[in-house]
Amino acid sequence: MNEVSVLIGGKAGDGINSAGMMVAHLCNRLGYRVYMYFDYPSLIKGGHNFAVVRAAEEEIGTHRRKVDFVLALNQDTLALHQEMMTGETVVIFDSYRVRAEGIGVHVPDVLKEEQAPPVMGNSLLIGAFARAAGMPWQVVEDVFRRQIPKALEQNLKVARRGFDAASERRAIPPAGRSMLPVISGNEAIGLGLLHGGLDAYVAYPMTPTSNLLHFMAEIAEEHQLIAYHPENEIGVMIMALGFAYAGKKTAVGTSGGGFCLMTEGLSMAGMAELPVVVVLGQRTGPSTGLPTYSGQSDLHFALHAGQGEFPRLVAAPGDPAQAFAWASLAVSLAWRCQVPAILLVDKTLCEGFYSYDRDKAEVPQMGGIFPGTPGPGYGRYQDAENGVSPLLFPPSPDTVIKVNSYGHDERGITTEQASLVNLMAAKRGRKTAFLANEVAGLPTVNIEGARNSERVLLAWGSTLGVCREVAGHFGLRLVQPVCLSPFPADTLRKALAGAKKTIIVEENALGQLEMLLARHGIRADARIHRCDGRPFALEELIARVGEVLQ
Amino acid sequence: MTARNLITPAQNTWCPGCGNFTIQFALKNTIAALEKGGVSSDSLVLVTGIGCHAKMADYLNINSFYSIHGRTLPAATAIKMADPSLTVICCAGDGDAYAEGLDHLVFAAKRNVDITMIVHNNRVYGLTTGQYTPTSPLGFRGKSTPGGTREDPFNPLELMLASGATYVARGYSRKMAELQQLILGGIRHRGFAFIDVLQICASYFNASDYYDQRVYNLEGHDILDFGLACAKAREWDYSMDAPIALGTFYQVSRPTLGERLQPQKERSTDREGAIARILARKS
Repeated sequence: MNEVSVLIGGKAGDGINSAGMMVAHLCNRLGYRVYMYFDYPSLIKGGHNFAVVRAAEEEIGTHRRKVDFVLALNQDTLALHQEMMTGETVVIFDSYRVRAEGIGVHVPDVLKEEQAPPVMGNSLLIGAFARAAGMPWQVVEDVFRRQIPKALEQNLKVARRGFDAASERRAIPPAGRSMLPVISGNEAIGLGLLHGGLDAYVAYPMTPTSNLLHFMAEIAEEHQLIAYHPENEIGVMIMALGFAYAGKKTAVGTSGGGFCLMTEGLSMAGMAELPVVVVLGQRTGPSTGLPTYSGQSDLHFALHAGQGEFPRLVAAPGDPAQAFAWASLAVSLAWRCQVPAILLVDKTLCEGFYSYDRDKAEVPQMGGIFPGTPGPGYGRYQDAENGVSPLLFPPSPDTVIKVNSYGHDERGITTEQASLVNLMAAKRGRKTAFLANEVAGLPTVNIEGARNSERVLLAWGSTLGVCREVAGHFGLRLVQPVCLSPFPADTLRKALAGAKKTIIVEENALGQLEMLLARHGIRADARIHRCDGRPFALEELIARVGEVLQ
Repeated sequence: MTARNLITPAQNTWCPGCGNFTIQFALKNTIAALEKGGVSSDSLVLVTGIGCHAKMADYLNINSFYSIHGRTLPAATAIKMADPSLTVICCAGDGDAYAEGLDHLVFAAKRNVDITMIVHNNRVYGLTTGQYTPTSPLGFRGKSTPGGTREDPFNPLELMLASGATYVARGYSRKMAELQQLILGGIRHRGFAFIDVLQICASYFNASDYYDQRVYNLEGHDILDFGLACAKAREWDYSMDAPIALGTFYQVSRPTLGERLQPQKERSTDREGAIARILARKS
């Protein structure tokens, strides 16, 4: 496979994320599929940030350990990443701050001559990179014109200086495929929510879903959508329930800490049968943990959060296509079944950037809500065969609509009468079965790779990207449960049929998916865990799986 | 809508002599008055917290959102944002409004969201059988403070004035006619209307005599004068002996959250178009 990897590093505030995106877009322009991993500590200025951009002819969702180019805005980029470089790696660097062999450009001098602000230093290195990679100037100009909203001409002048100062070292041949949008996992989720009919997005900022809040707020500027940032996550969740009561399809976004504050509201959603979608972006816990790093240690939290027993959807998409589809499905299912729906994602997916092919992402068509008939006889919790009561929203003529966090009767009036308590518990039970039935027709378990292999790689969430390639490398069957509640036990058993060796990959210490599988009598033979917040690079997981397969 | 019995058949379980009865009648009469004035009961939404006050959601035959402890205001704010044509009223207890949900109270006032907040302030936790609240007097002997509280209460009126509430009033559960006027005034006020209601708890803090001897109606008071409102609010600090003013302390006009959220330009409703447009920018 023809591919290229580029490391871009500098201190926080140097615009490393945008520089990485520019490199990704240059490769996109050459007809490559791209992926970008962005690694940054929890601070605003200073510290070391880096991005790894990888471009290949086929869709990818992971980075490599070894890179072909390095763009260094600080010495740390070379000192901290020596193991990522080979004798062939071309280093492009700011010769004022960095001592290295390769293509040096003096950032402060050029910026002074062009009267450009410090943040344009990365444009200079990108220009030099484009030349070193053998790209025609037109490619740089096209990409800059599309991607840079501010001070375009000045950025182009600075980039041209870099382009002219460099020489071709390692040409990246055009891959010839059509260009695709390059979007983050957060953006895929946001677009999926929109596709599902979202009316309101409510969130308090928290990595790794803050960028989803920003994205939705931008969309709300021109599209009919409410985006709101209230006082805290308790308020976020209760607002979502208020919106749902008034008929607005609503999603909230957070990470583990914020989700802790939302659990009382989540439980109310269960009792009051108010639909809500929760985008839960995992990071490295417990507690504040590593705010800007990834993890898969909140699966059981998502499955069990909130007091009492109530049905819920938990889905863990692994790439932007799944994220788009399941964000849309989460809205539909939450409203059709009147349940909370949790989209369990993580920093790697939320803040990773991927080539995104809309045409490949089919979203299955779901049924709509069950509407009620207005009138004095209406009861918000009227019993139904499938457990789902007909919905009405205020104002409805001659109709009283009561939702209640207490135990309640069919009209929503508080009761502690045993027969009514049992009636409502049975209704929630039938709703659980109905939700399971609705989900059964969906792609709840994803099977890829060598489908007939007896050796299986079992993964969930964002490790999908790296596991796809590892499965390809060893000729393994790849099985990924996407829906985790209601748990598709039968579908998963079928997906694992004939497996002789099943290896589970999880980014946690305790093996949370494995525990869930054990509850359904499904066993794994080996496990690979990682809990340092960093996603597996391709070579790393190949090595780990290779050890297990021996 | 057709004439509706505003009281549900639910069995009322407030203690005999409870101040909540007065608030319920005042609310019921207010709803009837609104109906006469052309506000359909179909467009009313009552949001309650958890506690004795919250049973109002079961007893009044109108749309209701029986929330959880302390969380009336976020739900009410969202309901009003979702449909500005709705009239949204919150009933909250002092534990709800001043302890568990204090953050939401300050923010609702800050935003000037167009809803009415009625705090059933009996200055004791009733449903949990008698513990002190943020407005219990210093030295209050409750089940969690058998030796008496060792902290001063705070003054909710002062807090609301400082937070930006545009309608600040105090009523008393033994003055129903006046209370009714305060509630109607709050509902008609465009913005965040806050009404602290001194409510008798017949079982755990019956302060009837104390209040009866001290309350008086604000008369000739300039409701536009913020300084005067603060001075009047400070007259009684919810702990020491002092005259207790009832009525509207402050009322001003300020843009509401809903008015400020009105979009400046027409916005599209075409979802597929929006998705395609956004994706087109990303390549």
